[in-house]
Amino acid sequence: MKSLFLSAALASVVAMPAMANKAFVSNEKGNTVTVVDTDTWEVLAEFDAGNRPRGITISPDGKKLYVAASDDDTVRVFDTETYKEIHTLPSGPDPELFVLHPSGNPLYIANEDDNLVTVTDTETRTILAEVPVGVEPEGMGISPDTKFVVNTSETTNMAHFISTEDYKIKHNVLVDQRPRYAQYTDDGKRLFVTSEIGGTVTVMDIDDTGAPTVAGKISFEVPGVLPEWLQPVGLKVTADGSKIFIALGPANRVAVVDGATLEVKDYIIVGQRVWQLGFTPDQKYLLTTNGNSNDITVIDVEKEKAIKSVQVGQQPWGVVVTPN
Amino acid sequence: MQRILMVFLAALMWGGMSIDLAALEIKAAVLRIDPPRLAPISRYEKFPEDNGFAGAQLADEDNGTTGTFLGHTYETTTVAVPPEEADAALDAILADGIRFIILMADDADLTRLADRAAQDGAVVFNAQAEGVALRDNECRANVLHVAPSRAMRADAVAQFALWKRWPRWFLIHGSNPEDQALAGAYRRAAKKFGGRIAEEREFEDTGGSRRTDTGHVLVQRQLPVFTQDADDHEVVIAADESDVFAPYLPFHLWTPRPVMGAAGLRPVTIHGAHEAWGATQFQRRFEELTGRYIREEDYQVWLSLRVLGEAVIRTSSNDPQTILDYAISDEFELAAFKGVPVTFRPWNGQLRQPILLYDGRITVSVSPQDGFLHQVSPLDTLGLDKPESSCTAFN
Repeated sequence: MKSLFLSAALASVVAMPAMANKAFVSNEKGNTVTVVDTDTWEVLAEFDAGNRPRGITISPDGKKLYVAASDDDTVRVFDTETYKEIHTLPSGPDPELFVLHPSGNPLYIANEDDNLVTVTDTETRTILAEVPVGVEPEGMGISPDTKFVVNTSETTNMAHFISTEDYKIKHNVLVDQRPRYAQYTDDGKRLFVTSEIGGTVTVMDIDDTGAPTVAGKISFEVPGVLPEWLQPVGLKVTADGSKIFIALGPANRVAVVDGATLEVKDYIIVGQRVWQLGFTPDQKYLLTTNGNSNDITVIDVEKEKAIKSVQVGQQPWGVVVTPN
Repeated sequence: MQRILMVFLAALMWGGMSIDLAALEIKAAVLRIDPPRLAPISRYEKFPEDNGFAGAQLADEDNGTTGTFLGHTYETTTVAVPPEEADAALDAILADGIRFIILMADDADLTRLADRAAQDGAVVFNAQAEGVALRDNECRANVLHVAPSRAMRADAVAQFALWKRWPRWFLIHGSNPEDQALAGAYRRAAKKFGGRIAEEREFEDTGGSRRTDTGHVLVQRQLPVFTQDADDHEVVIAADESDVFAPYLPFHLWTPRPVMGAAGLRPVTIHGAHEAWGATQFQRRFEELTGRYIREEDYQVWLSLRVLGEAVIRTSSNDPQTILDYAISDEFELAAFKGVPVTFRPWNGQLRQPILLYDGRITVSVSPQDGFLHQVSPLDTLGLDKPESSCTAFN
């Protein structure tokens, strides 16, 4: 780890015009985070991240990395240059996924064991609120206007719309079995919820008040792959809303869906048990974590092709890339 | 008669709603018939007082949490009786207006009680009885089988044996009727998947207590003799529902071979160490609530009530026929910590489900195995497929 200090020091001395971005990948089994350079696709480092790191995100200034260390019942916060732990945040038990307010504060955390969403102040490191939700809360999304946080509960099979003002649930929408992930479009007019066991993505239209209406469902079909293996998990939408990428778990594929027609355009073969997705800031590339092949796949967003795979730690789970 | 009332009262928590909020009360009962039982060979398998009921308690909490967002309240009554009081207990449940009944009973009791329940328009969830006939010529239109059949368990074992290329089996079965029935399921599984019963022996149940202070001394001398001179085989399969001999087989065989079935690698619906597919959270919820590890009966009762809860949520109804029709329709699917949705076979009301193969500590494998194909669902390679079942009750 000493050499990393050195490179960090060098970087601060030599004023570089454009710093390369770093991708941080949480390795659920390896208990580490792997750092990958998004220009050269070289692995820069791998550092200890606590027990069973899963959810991973980054502060808007790119300085702090948040990792949900599920088996430590805490969120660990790391310096993105030195990879040293700065402090931990109270998260409630078994944190898995979370979403950070675009301002950097607070952090909204799903606690699977307690049927709660915990709202944690990232500055004072205190819990601001605990919101009771359905059984096994998992996916977390935040509306671009920051008025709503959406949580999906895996056994209740709902998307809960929590007001960020009073932390009350304002809307509940039933979706298919085992909802895993919630993602708004950048204009806030659409919300996508993936259902792993149901094998579908529920598409909701969001009105001006933030209220949802189910607009349709996306389903998947790949010749030669059992329908049971087409299990949507992670999902990302391009900034212009034109392309939706959906990780299909044990089907080892990422579906590309047309944002306007909601038709599946293509299936990109990636590594095994593809789980979560993350864009580079310019959205030229999309990274996928492949839990059973211990690598990430780099997808060229424009060409919709897998261009590279990078070996990371054991059972990669989540991925986030530093902002510009 | 032991009677525990479990009530989960839902409190509404917010103003605006995207779902039609229509208050519904869902009353269910778990009726457990406890025949006189001998102590199990292993005290790890001691029958807990709240066997099965603990699953109901968790299901009420799970369904109740979801219910808070919909205005649905769940109340499940649990009743345990000796066999001679079973009919009166069911009458009392029906007189209370309960129309969703989870039965923990043997085959004969199940059929009789289900027919009584049908007179009052009640739906029965079979959480225990494994007889193949209940899914065949003895099936009933008001019964959903959440418990797997003996055939499903035997097929799960058979597929693993053949995946391992262990086609020649030494089948050892007990002498009681349920052991014989299970042996029949293994013979059928051998024929279905291309295995061969190379040798078959019966281990007679001579009665008496299961454990004695130095019983292992005798076992160590007797078992090798009992298993000697068998025709060549790759695996020993034990059919011992009565729990008389199977746990003694591993390490005491004349010819050292892996054991599957009632000992060694066992086909189960759940076990306390199952963690895949999000089951860890389920296990933790169960342990926190009950202070013990989950058993198959708990899971099967929990799953029965989750089937009910899921059908209520999707139909916004508590009408028994509406719930039954929805459950066996193509629309129904449920996540049950098995990696694939569980659904019902419309031809006989059997829940399709993967079977875990458990060695006493971990999940060793999960059936159906790779390569056992089916035109509808690989899950239909376990148990009675449509052409194999003569059930017409759902037609």
